[in-house]
Amino acid sequence: MSGEAVAFWIIAPITVLGGIGLVASRKAVHSALWLAVTMIGLAVLYVTQDAPFLGVVQVIVYTGAVMMLFLFVIMLVGVDASDSLIETLKGQRVAAILAAGGFAFVLVAAVTRAVIADPVPAEELNAGGNVEGLAELIFTDYLFAFEVTSALLITAAVGALVLALAPRVVAKRSQRELATERFRPVDGDYSQAAGLPPPGVLARHNAVGTPALLPDGTPAEASYSRVLRAREELEAGEEDEQ
Amino acid sequence: MNPTSYIVLSAILFSIGAVGVLVRRNALVVFMCVELMLNAANLAFVTFARTSGTLDGQVTAFFVMVVAAAEVVVGLAIIMMIYRSRRSASVDDASLLKL
Repeated sequence: MSGEAVAFWIIAPITVLGGIGLVASRKAVHSALWLAVTMIGLAVLYVTQDAPFLGVVQVIVYTGAVMMLFLFVIMLVGVDASDSLIETLKGQRVAAILAAGGFAFVLVAAVTRAVIADPVPAEELNAGGNVEGLAELIFTDYLFAFEVTSALLITAAVGALVLALAPRVVAKRSQRELATERFRPVDGDYSQAAGLPPPGVLARHNAVGTPALLPDGTPAEASYSRVLRAREELEAGEEDEQ
Repeated sequence: MNPTSYIVLSAILFSIGAVGVLVRRNALVVFMCVELMLNAANLAFVTFARTSGTLDGQVTAFFVMVVAAAEVVVGLAIIMMIYRSRRSASVDDASLLKL
């Protein structure tokens, strides 16, 4: 058994396991991590197949850039978002697995019966070096495709920018408007003109989540952080300490 | 080593990706399964480059990677946009024409 065969029989089950984990995990983060396992396994398989440049590109582009992008979006969309297990179409899951299983069976049956030439030894395939050979092909035979790729990349970058930019729903309030609002309130309430009371009780806490205490020991409503109130992460007040 | 094993592995990974696209309903996971299918195709390209004795297959796999990177950027931006307007990344919720 050659070294390549040993590597293949170790890596191949790992990549298949990663693929199954990708499909079977309920949380999107777990799926992303399983996919990273598969991609690194495939990078190793590229290197064992005399494609060291593609192996390195696989690690840098896929596990580096693409998976990081996926993880960023998962963090933005919400890590806790997991699939519901209710089927929208009855029997769709079973049908899908059967169809894909049949597809795999047909593919494998066809491939195992086909006559595939024996692999060319590495010193013949990469006669002048792998990177040099690829560069020669890209800048001669595939030059037009390579040029078109640059157009594709710039289009994708501009498209992502346009799609991801969120238009402002309400106009941004200027500093002048904020000052007017504070010193000339519409309801005539000047009690906030000197600023809101800062949160944090220095005797025991100095955290934003802790409200300021009024002289009678009750928490000052105005000292609550607006963001924390929206997130419902405030501490339960300190009134029971009196 | 017999290249058939690599092609069989590629076929299995492609089918697993197809199952994921059909079964999962989180748009992000569906997208990841598409990436898995692209990767499986790349493995077949690299293997056939080796059996044919030229580097053309490897160049094709390289272009597939570039296109996949561009596709991921635009696709994720679209998913973000749908999420912003519907507060959900499920492909079932994005059925505007049904409403």
